[in-house]
This record gives sequence, structure tokens and C-alpha cells, in this order.
Amino acid sequence: MSASPAEAVPAPVAPPENVIEVRNLVKHYPIERGIVFRRQVGTIHAVDGISFDLPRGTTLALVGESGCGKSTVGRLLMGLERPTSGTVRVAGVDLATLSAKGLSAGRRDLQIILQDPYTSLDPRMTVGAIIGEPFDIHPSAVPAGTSVKDAVRDLMDRVGLNPEFVNRYPHQFSGGQRQRIGIARALALRPKVIVADEPVSALDVSVQAQVMNLLMDLRDELGLSYVFVSHDLAVVRQIADTIAVMYLGRLMEYGDAEQIYTRPRNPYTAALLSAVPVADPQVQRTRERIVLGGDLPSPANPPRGCRFSTRCFRAEEVCRQVEPELIEVGPHHRAACHFPLDISEG
Amino acid sequence: MSDTGPLLEVRDLHVRFRTRDGVVSAVNGMSFTLDAGETIAILGESGSGKSVTAQAIMGILPSKTATIPQGSIRYRGTELVGLRERDYRQLRGAKIAMVFQDALSALNPVTSVGRQVSEMFRVRGDMSRRQAKAAAIEVMSHVGIPDPARRFNDYPHQFSGGMRQRVMIATMIALRPSVLIADEPTTALDVTVQAQIMDLLKELQRETGTGLILITHDLGVVASVADRIAVMYAGRVMEQGNVDEIYQRQANPYTVGLLESIPQIDERVGRLPAIPGLPPNLLAVPPGCPYHLRCAMPIDPCFEDPAPPFTQVAPGHHSMCWRAEEVYAGERVAR
Repeated sequence: MSASPAEAVPAPVAPPENVIEVRNLVKHYPIERGIVFRRQVGTIHAVDGISFDLPRGTTLALVGESGCGKSTVGRLLMGLERPTSGTVRVAGVDLATLSAKGLSAGRRDLQIILQDPYTSLDPRMTVGAIIGEPFDIHPSAVPAGTSVKDAVRDLMDRVGLNPEFVNRYPHQFSGGQRQRIGIARALALRPKVIVADEPVSALDVSVQAQVMNLLMDLRDELGLSYVFVSHDLAVVRQIADTIAVMYLGRLMEYGDAEQIYTRPRNPYTAALLSAVPVADPQVQRTRERIVLGGDLPSPANPPRGCRFSTRCFRAEEVCRQVEPELIEVGPHHRAACHFPLDISEG
Repeated sequence: MSDTGPLLEVRDLHVRFRTRDGVVSAVNGMSFTLDAGETIAILGESGSGKSVTAQAIMGILPSKTATIPQGSIRYRGTELVGLRERDYRQLRGAKIAMVFQDALSALNPVTSVGRQVSEMFRVRGDMSRRQAKAAAIEVMSHVGIPDPARRFNDYPHQFSGGMRQRVMIATMIALRPSVLIADEPTTALDVTVQAQIMDLLKELQRETGTGLILITHDLGVVASVADRIAVMYAGRVMEQGNVDEIYQRQANPYTVGLLESIPQIDERVGRLPAIPGLPPNLLAVPPGCPYHLRCAMPIDPCFEDPAPPFTQVAPGHHSMCWRAEEVYAGERVAR
């Protein structure tokens, strides 16, 4: 591995450079009916106008319930989907301006780790071939003076896999080891940013901690930036610098992770945090929980006004009429709510 | 059927599977008792034998490959191991019922949910179709399905994940079983919905005095609902006892490691103290204590058979460890 980009620290006065900038990102999917005469009968509002930045070397977590659009954002960042509108800039380059070829080159800076280590690896390829495949597409990424074989062994070593196992197949590894294979593959091209979509959700608790520690070590050693997509708020707490709480395609709260965990201002964030069971029976019994009624409304037909108003315990008439804007509620802390919680209530 | 003794008593249960690669010892001496109104959590990682234990109790182990070479499962004094299928059918659903993790695959996709719930009443043969429908609507409303009469003819795919789980719970509690086994009932659900479902299970239990066996890997869920815990590893119970006691004062290095390795929402610790290594391959579980390879404080006897004794460290609190007393006393050897 070459010298880590983190060593190239910018001048102390300069603001941290953003490796990703997202502005007013929208992704709508048409709902179609009919076999011969297909017609659009509706629209899924998967992502509906969100903006955020990812400063170099930091971790942004996208959190929210299933269907909130967090994974779609991850796919949009990767250029795997084209946005309906809005821009995604990676290292200053607007993805929309890139041709297919340019996108392929641009993806060198941006890699993804997927949730399910059982389906994201080709069962017929050896581990060596899986980890080395990115070099087939980007031969120039092989570190100077080394062979692909050596590069693969280095990567395996780096993620804690025995390089002797280079000729084994994915089924010969456990879930945690398979996730390490996926991480090694993502590191091959020395990306600046890694989008990790639920990277530890499918793993057992004891193995989850190992993989989380590996991700933190790699971040520190290689100066990586992460977009961490997860529904698990306890895991996110350990790694995230910035949190973006999503609900039905919108940002409900965004900003400094410590602020949001200790003093959530949006009632949805507070409910989400309070619903997470704490692994301590005595704390759990005395903890005040906000139990939300009902289910997530359909993203094909989001409620008018504030999207959370149908389940919110503070909702008033204005919430059902007017969508609140994401406004500053503290230093590096924004919330979209007409009646944000007091700081003491958090 | 006699009504003496505990509701459910599992003693020294062993379950083996014949596979192409050899014999897998999935459960190696599992024991616990369950009383009415009580919740016991069987906690473990994948491959620990927790779900196989549930299947053994339900009598739904795959008959071609699985055997119970040793041990006993008694429901109100009646032995279930070796019970004829015909007799088991009288118990399943009516006395012992099971809620599965994935409601979408547990429910029949081509039958309306109302029909699946009312079927429970119909198989008994003592209700007319109309009576069964009325009873089904009542139980659906009971588990919190809004407007059950209108949704009676809807199909599982028309329900959200949380609502599908409620439908499955409705089918399972329809006949008011005295033992309910819930196998990862909330794992596939979002946290906000998870809380709703766990609250529902607790409430139903309070009303009916059902004994609940909760099978899970989630230490947070256990903390919120269980009275007692059995921590399983490689087919064995490593530690068993009262929930408060085990969370506060562990007597087994595995439980210690497990509790340390989980990220907590109220604290940022950064790097987590992970347990090194992997659970053993069940085709070749090492001799002695199955955890010795990953343990922070093994001593010579841990590497040899027999497995450590199940030591009582406090009333009702047992640990399978040669050093149980030391761990319980708070002496821990740093890794």
C-alpha cells in the first residue's frame, strides 16, 4: 500500500475538503401497470431533495427505517442509478457530467461494501480472483513494482485474511470472513470513499465487532471517508461523525453525531433512538420509550406537510399542511420540524 | 395428561444431524424449565443450537436427518421425545405454538390472511365457518390489526412487515397455547416496529399466562423482555440464570465477551473489545470446553474432555466453566 492520503494534511486554516457533495438529490421511480400498454400510474418518491457533505477522512451515517431511501442514496452516490434531479459531486466532479467510461474511471475513488456477504461474492470465483478483479478493469491501479498476485496477498493480509487461502472459494469462509473479502475487494483500487451499505447487519454480534474494528482501523490508516448506511443506531454511534436521519426520502435531522445522539431535536430521531433496546435490563425498565403508532406510510403516496406528521406525537395542524424546512438548530446541527424538542427534552 | 410439575421441562437434550460431511452435534445437553407466565430467552449466535432446540420442542426437526439420541422434553409431565406424530398434532398450535422470524415465508401467499387465522379454529372441527371467521376477526383485532373485518380477505403481500408479523402472532395465539416459542420474532423488523411487536407479545403473555421462549441473538431484546436467560454456544448452555444477574454479574467468559463486544447506543467507545476467532465447526467441535479457543482465560482442563461442569455460582445461576467462581468474583484475565 502506498502512503496514506491522510498524511497530506491541508493547511490548518483551510476548511476541510469535501470528498462528496450532494445537492437537492431526487430519485423517483415510476410505478407502471399493464403488460402490452405500459403506463405510469404513480411515482415512488425514494429520495426527495436531500443535501449533505462528506468532509475528507470523516464518516457520515445515513440512518432510518426500511424504505426511507438510505440505500437508494448509496446507489446514487455510486452512480449505479441516475438521479431524477440534483447533483452528486465526488472529489469535485459532478457524476452526471461523466460518460459511462468516465464514470467507470470515477468509480475508482468510490467503492462499495454490501450487506450480504453470501450473495455479493461470485461463488465460482476464488477469493484471489474476486479481490484481484478490480485490477482487470483498472490495470494501472496495481501498485508499481508489484504483481497483481502480490497486491492481492497484501490486501488479504490488510483485512485480516490468511493470504494462504487465496485459492479458496467463498463458501469455504464464514460470514465475517466473507465480509472481509468484500472489504479487501473494495480497497483494491485505493478509493477515497467507501459506501458501506449495512456492512455488519448480517453478522453475529461477536463477529460484528471484529468487522467494525477493521473498518475503523482502515479509516485511520488509509484516511478513508465512509458513507455508512445502517439501521443499527448502536453500531452507527461507534463510527459516525455526522448523521443524516432519513424518513420517506427526506432528511429529518442532520449534523454532528454527538449532538444528535445526546440532544435529538426532531421527534422522529428521538423516537428512533428510544426504540433501540439497551442491553441492560435495569436501564431498559426505567428508560422512557416513545412507541410510535402505525407503520411507515407508502413512499408512493407520502403524507402532505411533514412526512412524519401521521405518526408524530407532537404533530399539529400546521404539520399536516406545511412541510418544515431543514433549519439550523445548533452548531453543525439541522432539523426539519415545526416543533423541535427542547434541548432538555432530548 | 397430568398437570404436575413445570409447564415445560427440557433435560439434557441432544440433537444430531446426519449430513454429507459427517454428523453435526447441534445441541449437546440443553436443560431448562419454563413455568406459566415466565419468559426465558435462549440467546446465541448462529450455529449455537438455539433454533434447533425450538424445533425439537415443536417436534418439527427434519425426520430424515435429525435424531434425538439422548434427553427428554416434557410438557406438563408428558414426554414429547418419541411422541407419535398423531399425538404431537394435538399439541401443536393448541398447547405449544411457534412464531417464526420471517412472516412472509411462514404465511401462505395464496390464501387470505383471514382464512389462515380462521383455519386454526376450523382444524379443531368444533366451529362452523361463520363462527371461525368471527373468532378470527376478534383475534386479529386483539393483536392490533386495524379494521380486521375489512382486511380479512387481503393477502400477506398486502400487509407491511410489522402487520404480517401480527398476523402470524394471531394464528399462533388463536388457540391460546400455554407455551409460545418466538424464534427471532423481531429480527426482520425496523426498531420502531420491533418495540410494538415485543410489547404485544408481553401483553398477550400477561393476559393469558403463556410461558414464552424467546430465541434471539439480540442482547437488547433479551434485556427488555426476559425473566431468565440461557446463553448457548456450540450446542451447549454456557450460562443460565436470572436476567438482571447475568447482565450485571457474569460467570462465564463467553457471556462476558459477548456483552463487551456489543455496541451500546448510549456510549461511543470507538473500537469494540471483540471476541477473537470464530465459533467452532460443528462437524468437529474440539474436546473440552467448546469456547476454549477464543477464551481470554483458559487453563489446562479446558482443552480436555470432559466438558466443564455446570457450576452453580448463586441460587439459580449456573455457568459451564472451570473458572466460573473466579469469573463471577470479578477476576478477569486480560486478553
